[in-house]
Amino acid sequence: MNQSSHQPILIQGGHVIDPGRINGVADVLIEEGKVVAVGPNLIKKTKQKTDSIQIIDARNKLVLPGFVDLHVHLREPGFEYKETIKSGTAAAAAGGFTSVCCMPNTHPVNDTQAITEFILEQARAAGNARVFPVGAITKGSEGKELAEIGDLRRAGCVAISDDGQPVMNSMVMRRAMEYALAFDVPVIDHCEDLHLSEGGCMNEGIVSTQLGLQGVPAAAEDVMVSRNLALAELTGARLHLAHLSTVGSVRMVRDAKARGVRVTAEACPHHFTLTEEAVRGFNTLAKMNPPLRTWDDVHAIKEGLRDGTIDAIATDHAPHAGQEKQQEFAAAPNGVVGLETAFPLTLALVEEGILTLESAVEKLTTAPAKAFSLSNGSLAVGVEADVAIVDPQETWEIDPSRFRSKSRNTPFAGWKVKGRVLMTLLGGRIVYQAEEQFR
Amino acid sequence: MSLKHKDLTGIASLNADEIMQILETADSFKEVTGREIKKVPALRGKTVVNLFFEPSTRTRTSFELAAKRLSADVINFSPSNSSVVKGETLLDTARNIEAMQADIIVLRHSSAGAAETLARGVKSSVINAGDGWHEHPTQALLDLFTLREKKLELKGLKVAIVGDVAHSRVARSNVYALTKLGANVRVVGPPTMMPACVERLGVKVYYDLDHGLRDVDVIMMLRLQLERQGRALFSTIREYSRLYGLTPERLKLAKPGALVMHPGPINRGVEIAPEIADGFSSVILDQVTNGVAVRMAVLYLLSGAGN
Repeated sequence: MNQSSHQPILIQGGHVIDPGRINGVADVLIEEGKVVAVGPNLIKKTKQKTDSIQIIDARNKLVLPGFVDLHVHLREPGFEYKETIKSGTAAAAAGGFTSVCCMPNTHPVNDTQAITEFILEQARAAGNARVFPVGAITKGSEGKELAEIGDLRRAGCVAISDDGQPVMNSMVMRRAMEYALAFDVPVIDHCEDLHLSEGGCMNEGIVSTQLGLQGVPAAAEDVMVSRNLALAELTGARLHLAHLSTVGSVRMVRDAKARGVRVTAEACPHHFTLTEEAVRGFNTLAKMNPPLRTWDDVHAIKEGLRDGTIDAIATDHAPHAGQEKQQEFAAAPNGVVGLETAFPLTLALVEEGILTLESAVEKLTTAPAKAFSLSNGSLAVGVEADVAIVDPQETWEIDPSRFRSKSRNTPFAGWKVKGRVLMTLLGGRIVYQAEEQFR
Repeated sequence: MSLKHKDLTGIASLNADEIMQILETADSFKEVTGREIKKVPALRGKTVVNLFFEPSTRTRTSFELAAKRLSADVINFSPSNSSVVKGETLLDTARNIEAMQADIIVLRHSSAGAAETLARGVKSSVINAGDGWHEHPTQALLDLFTLREKKLELKGLKVAIVGDVAHSRVARSNVYALTKLGANVRVVGPPTMMPACVERLGVKVYYDLDHGLRDVDVIMMLRLQLERQGRALFSTIREYSRLYGLTPERLKLAKPGALVMHPGPINRGVEIAPEIADGFSSVILDQVTNGVAVRMAVLYLLSGAGN
């Protein structure tokens, strides 16, 4: 793909959905890497010479803003055997994602400006997707002293989080939220009471009882969601809750939003698609944190997505090497890859009647962008032309051996799914093209 | 005669007929263990590896005796002091053992699901000799065998399992086995030692031992893992013993002639009074004796030697 980003591109005849702006057949004209017009019959309106324009035929396809993922693990620096910024962003592009927010639980932890700059430099060199680093809340994510949040923000971090090592000390969390106000930066929490969850490796319930595995009760999440909402109310900080997985969390966030608390929330495709039943047979590919829970929880998450309690769909893309997952269940690490499977699993909610097509797109684009104040995630005139062209009808089988990610740890291998990403453009440049596209 | 399964990873994956098949096979091996020459050539030329990642005397010795009485070659492998310390994974360890042409691997491991993980990864048959809190199938089988030997009809039998059910693989395997054969099972212990949704296993839950023992035919006491004190599961050993220890007075609440079982090793004076452990109600040593016959049956049936 030696095409220059300066050659105009016309995406012609597709069904364009830019949530809140347009939902219908239109062309998208891209010049100098930016969206310059969205509307009907742009070929007639452009001042460019027709033969100098690269035309992409998008008839019967959906033309969407490139997706925005608020929660990925790119593993670099420190765990390059699982994923690199290059391979992780290639996976993003293959999944239609053009903006990804990477969590700070690398080695070393992203708690300083230098590491943030390193991540951004690696991302620029790879050129597959925009990477927005998330900085640590506390030094080394140890939950004790605040990291240099001002420096992290200035270096390019878009939010702060201690991710899988959630801040247990409520006073430290209160101060972090207050301090973050100075930089208008959202504070993310992975809500888990580490005492309640200690030793647990799956949801606490009938399946954990039958398998003899130590469970993590839903209350381990609920307790911390409740604390964080109280602290957000106290401090006025912007709170973002990662990967909600329980009935209780969804209910509390709904109530908090009604009261006017500044809170946003995300849910992951695995949490609205699978239950704890997937763990049977000690399937380590179904091991993640928070764990897969029950149908009641799945229904609550879907309802939360439907009524807007949950703003965004995020993947929590968490690559792990094959040998790490081939261990005894308790020893295997938590996490699943998600970038290359999120779109069809989200589209399934449309098929099911939970979301409209436009609201599904919103959960992947404008809503997450708004949660972290990113300028991407739309096709507004003047923004960088990040575009996902997808076929909502094509059914295909998920084959992990074809993933761009370095890791293959998905519970969805062999699933027949509907909806395929055919092409991804980043700033008007094609960064992914499905092999059999536009047959 | 053989089992349709390659492995025995738990009672959960067996049906009632298969359980009975194992028990009936054990009947004939019990007869062998009573002979002067306690050996048959059924597994001659086969290799059985005892792969024990957790310390165990009783179970390992029982499997070793069972294999030897079937004329198999037996290797005991305790990886705690070998390659595991060097970072080798369970699967790699097992594949190395398999490469030495082991026919059957008997696995004891601290992690639930270890036997299933291993069984998926090797061609050898795998017998679960206890995996974390998950299952200990041969213990449940020898318990059933002992009850049958005492001429008890399993269908409708009232059994109380008493103690730390949540952290007990013996409890899980026995609940599965007894309920599959039609027994009425109750679990008795403090709420902190009951796993989530335990009643969905088809058992009745009692927090009061006196109530739980009323009219039962069999009492299975579980070992209190003393190291769990300090994890807020119970207050003191003294109080635990007062609330959930089996005493001669309490034994009178059960049916006259009720049997008392314990998988061992026992904490005398904690969960069970010494006079009960050594008394006429106790079948604790019968359990140990029968363990060998039952394990012979399992080894025999999985080896396909009967085909």
